[in-house]
Amino acid sequence: MIEIVWFLNSQSAKVEVRKWHKSMAEDFTTVIGLEVHVQLATQSKLFCRCSTQFGAEPNTQTCPLCIGMPGTLPVMNREAYDLALKTAVALDCEIPEFTKWDRKQYYYPDLPKGYQISQYDLPMSSGGTLAISDSQDQFEPKQIRITRAHLEEDAGKSIHDEANGKADSEIDLNRTGTPLLEIVSEPDLRSPAEAKAYLQELKLLLTYLGVSDCNMQEGSLRVDANVNLHLETDSGSAATPIVEIKNLNSFRAVERAIEYEAGRQYRVWQETGQKLGEAPKQTRGWDDAAGVTRGQRSKEESSDYRYFPDPDLVPVITLPEQVAQVKASLGELPAALRQRLTTDFGLSEYDAEVLVNQGRALVDYTLRVADLSGDAKSACNWVTQEVLRVLKEQGRSIEQFQEQSVSSNDLAELICKVKSGEVPSARARELFDVMAREIYVSFEDKLSFEEVVKSLGIEQVDESELIDLCKELLGANPRIVADVQNGKQQAVGALIGQAKQRNPNVDPGQIRKLCLELIEQGFGSAE
Amino acid sequence: MALSRDDVEKVALLARLQLSEAELDTLTDELAQIVTYVDQLAEVDTGDVEPMAHAVELSNVFAADGVRPSLPREQALANAPAHNERGYLVPAVLGD
Repeated sequence: MIEIVWFLNSQSAKVEVRKWHKSMAEDFTTVIGLEVHVQLATQSKLFCRCSTQFGAEPNTQTCPLCIGMPGTLPVMNREAYDLALKTAVALDCEIPEFTKWDRKQYYYPDLPKGYQISQYDLPMSSGGTLAISDSQDQFEPKQIRITRAHLEEDAGKSIHDEANGKADSEIDLNRTGTPLLEIVSEPDLRSPAEAKAYLQELKLLLTYLGVSDCNMQEGSLRVDANVNLHLETDSGSAATPIVEIKNLNSFRAVERAIEYEAGRQYRVWQETGQKLGEAPKQTRGWDDAAGVTRGQRSKEESSDYRYFPDPDLVPVITLPEQVAQVKASLGELPAALRQRLTTDFGLSEYDAEVLVNQGRALVDYTLRVADLSGDAKSACNWVTQEVLRVLKEQGRSIEQFQEQSVSSNDLAELICKVKSGEVPSARARELFDVMAREIYVSFEDKLSFEEVVKSLGIEQVDESELIDLCKELLGANPRIVADVQNGKQQAVGALIGQAKQRNPNVDPGQIRKLCLELIEQGFGSAE
Repeated sequence: MALSRDDVEKVALLARLQLSEAELDTLTDELAQIVTYVDQLAEVDTGDVEPMAHAVELSNVFAADGVRPSLPREQALANAPAHNERGYLVPAVLGD
């Protein structure tokens, strides 16, 4: 953990006055910085070759190095460094040529060496940005500055048996030495919604980069929030002491904890008037069940960690050419992909967000359907409405779905045939559902598109047939005709039902339109 | 650089050392002598010397990612003052 450099940007504080806490009489701005710890997806630990696999029996994945035995020497995992570098470059960080690792000393039973190997004054990256936006317009799009991203080792876990009261704590050191990337933001976030958006965007980026599984339940992504308030008072601007909130186990918890903490700090401010600098930085833990933050030990001064360069590890030099290579190999990242979907394919920001959030494979599928059908909007609608529904129901991946059921060709063909009228739109979803059925997986020969169409008796209905059908129905239902003539247009609904029974291929909208037109023309009226 | 009694007290606390008043006095004297001795380095003019961030000249030493066998659990726990054959046992850590 490093101390965030505090700065007071009074101009933005004035502009971005909080509105979400209506009960507050006085205006304040909630100022939030986030520290995110991401477990990097390596096979083995950062400084030894013990497995990082989650869920193993306690203390079965340790060696003399990770349990802090004298005489052991750490050697850095190449993959961990590469994944960290990839992420830092994707966050637009500057990568200095020289970086080193330091010992951060503190006593805790889950830290067997008595120090954590981390990075202090020369981290491997600094000064990045992450853009956040909200398609629901809860806040203006903005750039969140990244202070730094550095590579460090994880500690072990202590398990305390609450039921046993004063019993000993059990320590599991399997997690010690797992590579973590700590990503620290500047205090640029101004609301719980912005904090959540930042985390979602960061998680999406990490997922696209493939550097972490981002599984919050397994602790692969852990969040601490630094929160305080900027207030406008009669005697000028003021800020409350900074509180670091820990134990945030979900994005929802981050949102709720910040919201709670802002209210709490406001109450304390009203009672005590205590300002930033008048009390030490405090650490509070989030109690999710109770919905409150609770005080923990006061944060030790940064210098108390007595950082010094780890003499057992050598520095890493990364040349600008290597950084350029990493940059070139990143591929298309979520922000660029959303941009392409909106500008090149004309999708709405919301649609682009939904698609990109589902991962690269689904986006690729959609883009192939869009290309083949020449209709990006329909491709997007089919994917976001029908394909996602089916994937969720069947618990299949998009890869399985396109291989086993509806290929991008199939869906493009469906879209084209609906457009040309060959497949009545009234039956398109029914047709899709048959094609999407998981059961086709077990057939040796997957039915072709034409065969499915044929088996369902789907065929185009031409307008003269429709008019005949409507006339017949109107003739047989004089009461409905009378109702419509008396202004009850919705009575026509019953005729649509009958028409669909006679011929499932009819378009309900068209039947409705034709019937109303015929009645208008006087057809079916009592003599 | 002078070393005060308060400095020694603070360092002792961080190192979880409990020192008597007499020990604090003795150690303040002794440590102050060591610091003064090292302080002689300040006499060297380093105006033209590049600062160094690390004492080792080597750089970029890496190992390939890949799992190798870990210690059997009995061996890992063998030196612990207390264990329950699953984990190390330590006095309860609460409040964090």
